[in-house]
Amino acid sequence: MLFYSFFKTLVGQPVTVELKNDLAITGVLVSVDQFLNIKLDNIKVVDEGRYPHMLAVKNCFIRGSVVRYVQLPAASVDTALLQDAARRERQQPAAGVRK
Amino acid sequence: MDSFQIFTTSTSLVDCVDKKLLVVLRDGRKLIGILRSFDQFANLVLQDTIERIYVGDAYGDIPRGIFIIRGENVVLLGEIDLDKEDESPLREVPVEEILQVQREEMEARVKRDKVKNKFLSEQGFSVDNVEFGELY
Repeated sequence: MLFYSFFKTLVGQPVTVELKNDLAITGVLVSVDQFLNIKLDNIKVVDEGRYPHMLAVKNCFIRGSVVRYVQLPAASVDTALLQDAARRERQQPAAGVRK
Repeated sequence: MDSFQIFTTSTSLVDCVDKKLLVVLRDGRKLIGILRSFDQFANLVLQDTIERIYVGDAYGDIPRGIFIIRGENVVLLGEIDLDKEDESPLREVPVEEILQVQREEMEARVKRDKVKNKFLSEQGFSVDNVEFGELY
């Protein structure tokens, strides 16, 4: 649940999601869920010449299981807070069990 | 399940229902259809689906009807902006032609990979073959 909560704080920020198939998409984070599925608005595909099928797409839903990286603006991350949360998570892992 | 969270930004696909979507699958296929239904695994029901094959600056469509897609194969769903779709720089070609071009490109790629793998293995690299089908 930690990263779910973390991503929720980033809703509205521009992020770049790199997928396991090497496709990278920049967009505004609209929402995230417990599976870390991501919804992006106003997307721009990095190296769009290679992916002509994405030209007419403005918003997308990305399945969490295919994400390799999520690149974030360094300014939006409070690393101290994140470290703290991770430490607390170790001591009491959240009881969030997925259905 | 989320009893501790009052505000959940749940990524629901309910806004995508009845919309024309592009679905990219793990095996690299691009399907375009109208989303009718989904579930928590991102299993999808697509109606009036066409499979669009892109090669170079051309594409070809194969009508497929109704698809039920198992969620684990879904990479992404994109909402197609109907205005932007009209501005596409790509040209549509008949299906037979695009399949032919795709086959040629596949054969060319297999040939290139064979040469590359041979060279690498001669240099002492271990060549792991990509499982066919998971080419994205």
